[in-house]
Amino acid sequence: MGYPHKSHPRETAVLSKHFGDPDARSLDGWKKRGGYRALEQALASQPAQLVDTVKQSGLRGRGGAGFPTGMKWSFMKPGDGKPHYLCCNADESEPGTFKDREIMRWTPHALVEGCAVGAYAIGAETAYIYIRGEFDEPIRRMEAAVAEAYAAGLLGANAMGSGKRVDVHVHKGAGAYICGEETALMNSLEGKRGNPRIKPPFPAVSGLFSQPTTINNVETLAAVPHILNNGAEWYKAMSLSNPKSTGTKLFSVCGNVARPGNYEVVMGFPFKDFLYDLCGGPPAGRKFKAIIPGGSSVPIQTMEEAEATLMDYEGFVAQGTQLGSGGVIIFDDAQSMPRMIARLARFYAHESCAQCTQCREGTAWTTKILERIVDGQGTFEDLDTLLSIAENMTGKTICVLSDSCAAPVVSGLQKFRHEFEALITGKRTSKVAVAGGAAFAGAATP
Amino acid sequence: MTAPAMVNLTIEGRPVSVPAGTSILEAAKAAGVLIPHYCYHPGLPVAGVCRMCLVDVEKAPKLMPSCATTVAEGQVVRVHDDKSLEARKGVLEMLLINHPLDCPICDQSGECELQDYTFQEGRADSRYREPKRFNPVEDFGGDVLYVPNRCILCTRCVRFMDDVQQESALCVAERGDRAVIAKAPDADLTQAWAGNVVDLCPVGALLSKDFLNKARAWELDRAPSICTGCSQGCNVTLETRDNAVVRIKPRGNPDVNAFFICDEGRLNYRWMNRQDRCLAPTAAGTECHWDAAVAAAASALNGKRAHIVANASLGNEAFFLLGVLAKKTGGSVRFTVPQGPEALLPGVEDLALRADRAANAYGAELLGASRADDPYRGLGAGDTLVLVDVDPASVPAGALAAAGRVVYLGTVVAAGVKAAAVLPIANIAEHDGTVTNLRGHVQRYFQARPAPGHARPAWSAVADLLIALKGEANFLTAADAFAAMAKAHAAFAGMTFDQLGTRGAAAAGATAGAGR
Repeated sequence: MGYPHKSHPRETAVLSKHFGDPDARSLDGWKKRGGYRALEQALASQPAQLVDTVKQSGLRGRGGAGFPTGMKWSFMKPGDGKPHYLCCNADESEPGTFKDREIMRWTPHALVEGCAVGAYAIGAETAYIYIRGEFDEPIRRMEAAVAEAYAAGLLGANAMGSGKRVDVHVHKGAGAYICGEETALMNSLEGKRGNPRIKPPFPAVSGLFSQPTTINNVETLAAVPHILNNGAEWYKAMSLSNPKSTGTKLFSVCGNVARPGNYEVVMGFPFKDFLYDLCGGPPAGRKFKAIIPGGSSVPIQTMEEAEATLMDYEGFVAQGTQLGSGGVIIFDDAQSMPRMIARLARFYAHESCAQCTQCREGTAWTTKILERIVDGQGTFEDLDTLLSIAENMTGKTICVLSDSCAAPVVSGLQKFRHEFEALITGKRTSKVAVAGGAAFAGAATP
Repeated sequence: MTAPAMVNLTIEGRPVSVPAGTSILEAAKAAGVLIPHYCYHPGLPVAGVCRMCLVDVEKAPKLMPSCATTVAEGQVVRVHDDKSLEARKGVLEMLLINHPLDCPICDQSGECELQDYTFQEGRADSRYREPKRFNPVEDFGGDVLYVPNRCILCTRCVRFMDDVQQESALCVAERGDRAVIAKAPDADLTQAWAGNVVDLCPVGALLSKDFLNKARAWELDRAPSICTGCSQGCNVTLETRDNAVVRIKPRGNPDVNAFFICDEGRLNYRWMNRQDRCLAPTAAGTECHWDAAVAAAASALNGKRAHIVANASLGNEAFFLLGVLAKKTGGSVRFTVPQGPEALLPGVEDLALRADRAANAYGAELLGASRADDPYRGLGAGDTLVLVDVDPASVPAGALAAAGRVVYLGTVVAAGVKAAAVLPIANIAEHDGTVTNLRGHVQRYFQARPAPGHARPAWSAVADLLIALKGEANFLTAADAFAAMAKAHAAFAGMTFDQLGTRGAAAAGATAGAGR
């Protein structure tokens, strides 16, 4: 079942099957829908087997980077005498992305089960679900589900009577985008400022509390019980294009589109059909102009590129962008791309943790220039400066927030340069100033 | 303990071999290549945030932060290639876009790493056309003033307070380009070692209130010295402007004080500039030629027992010769050590502001002087009291009355002391010498400015006295006196001034040196 729209026949609802169904939220309801069978089966098998199964399924991280989950798990060396930790990254803050929110709102036990299986598979007794602070309802749903699971003996010192300890804790973040970066998330969990850490050491060597740690996205962990229930081959078979991209993927669709919402399709689904058929195309009387397909951090696509895309990790890369988090942001022909990009840049300037020079200064500088251009005060030199700043912001910092700010600027300037030039030459002025622009220190021109 | 394996790599075409685990930045230093950096400091945990030290490592997909990347066998590192240089230019430009560029009124000017690197390889112009960020100056308490507009957020100060002083008084507040260094609620930088954040700050963001607007960096003359504030013997640099000491800075020495000095030592220099200095020798209260005063002192001592009371911060050379004088006259050398509360620097092993607030008590004892709560006890009626660099106000009237005669060797005028002879002597800023710290580490201090009037080093004055008393003390320099001491005292055997250099050496039989 899709949500909030009705499920489309071309969707393949695995994770989203029970979206919109309040009965699926309770433990009883979840068990009736096949819940916790996978955990029971997992606790009765060897962790190495589980890692193998997930490896075979081809499951890749759904948070953005697409790293093979089984391989990530296999970095956790069993029997090293250290406590292992699993962190579930539920700090879903990527603009345009709201798939994890719906998983936690409608099927909280799917995530509890996924966390418990994942923790057991990597030799951890403790899993933390780090949820962004603004997710009020998901936090309450997750806390209720964890409490239910403990009360029913599914978690704790003797999880499901297996004699094995699996603890799951829900941790509420304070609403910082950067805490979705895995090392910043661990710092935040430890009670420190949410600053990304230098890698190496990688989390699998020294992560949470300096112990071996795996960080997985909500959607990734929620998929794991399905893989155990149905088998790796079943999951692997769900692939329409590249065999390296398997399973289903939730796409959050927002922006200028007839039917925004979450859609679950098999990897490799044609993006054109997705946009016009599933999502209903543009609003009446409009045309699609551009798409950011994987959350705001990936390069912008023109419609030509988008319509030629097959929706999997390789397919998006082939069309100049990335699958990212699956947050599809759609712009129609009534939108000013410079204005949209300025708004995105301001988000990154606001959320930069301020550690690295290029990010702290570059995101704010980029924003100021873009907002000046939008205000009709730009020059052609500004465009060169923007690209040069973007170059300095790319590949030079601890984490990729800086790169993420640069990506839409670079792709926007490549693909929609005429819109910037029109603003500069005065042929077209932006209709509305960027919302809240004046509140941003120094953004307004005097 | 086995020595760590050595790793061979090439930096800027220079082969270098360093222990495994060394950072590329430190390996480059060893190869004689300075990789520009801001947030890295050898005395602090690595942060890797300024991104200034990015270098090209062959086969690495992108530039690597050299402070946070360890060396690997066969690595080929380029520091001055176009890629790394462009990256540094980018960082410098970003660091300057919101910087006020107020070098003409900034205390750091002339010793500012932002200035230096920008001059060295930054852009000549700025492409920044927007209004600059502004934040007001804030008093951080203690000796520290924060000028946020100049701050590059390298977090050295935060890490010093967290990891070395281990009182988390500072933090980064806010995010993005609004970020500033902030004090924790109700915190002040009044911790015993907090002033080091000023030295650690690579730019003019953290300033010493004491030094504020006193001098430009290029007007200062600098001499290596030793802090006399306590028995730790921290290595310092005395900075003078027109022969006035205006600032003390720590001087790195891994055997003694790592990179740091305490605030008490840092701010305790005004006495060196005292205006009531003893300038001229006197005999029986009348100013006279140096030799006449020496003769008067010698006659006061001739056939008398010398009861010598000396300042426990005097150099080893002075204590050595005072010991000779005591022996010659059948007398003794005594000293007292002022006391104060101890203040550890938790992040550095065996580094503290010590309770003994004098520099050379250990050396004095090695050289036969004795520590006494009341150094005047046992002063006989026929004895000659010899005061060496002792505050005249501290001498009990009873002692002055009890002594047959008084010989005064001092840096300040002998107010209230009726002396048979007065010989003006130089203070620590005005002569060369050595002191021995509480762990037996023998260290040199160097002359920072000329002595006033007729003042001479204490050892030189005592040597003159010995010669007048028909003794052997024909030394031209402190090094000569030190060499004689090294011959006479086993603890200093084999040491020479040259060998001590600016790092010092442990006296024979001394416990392991302080420091890391």
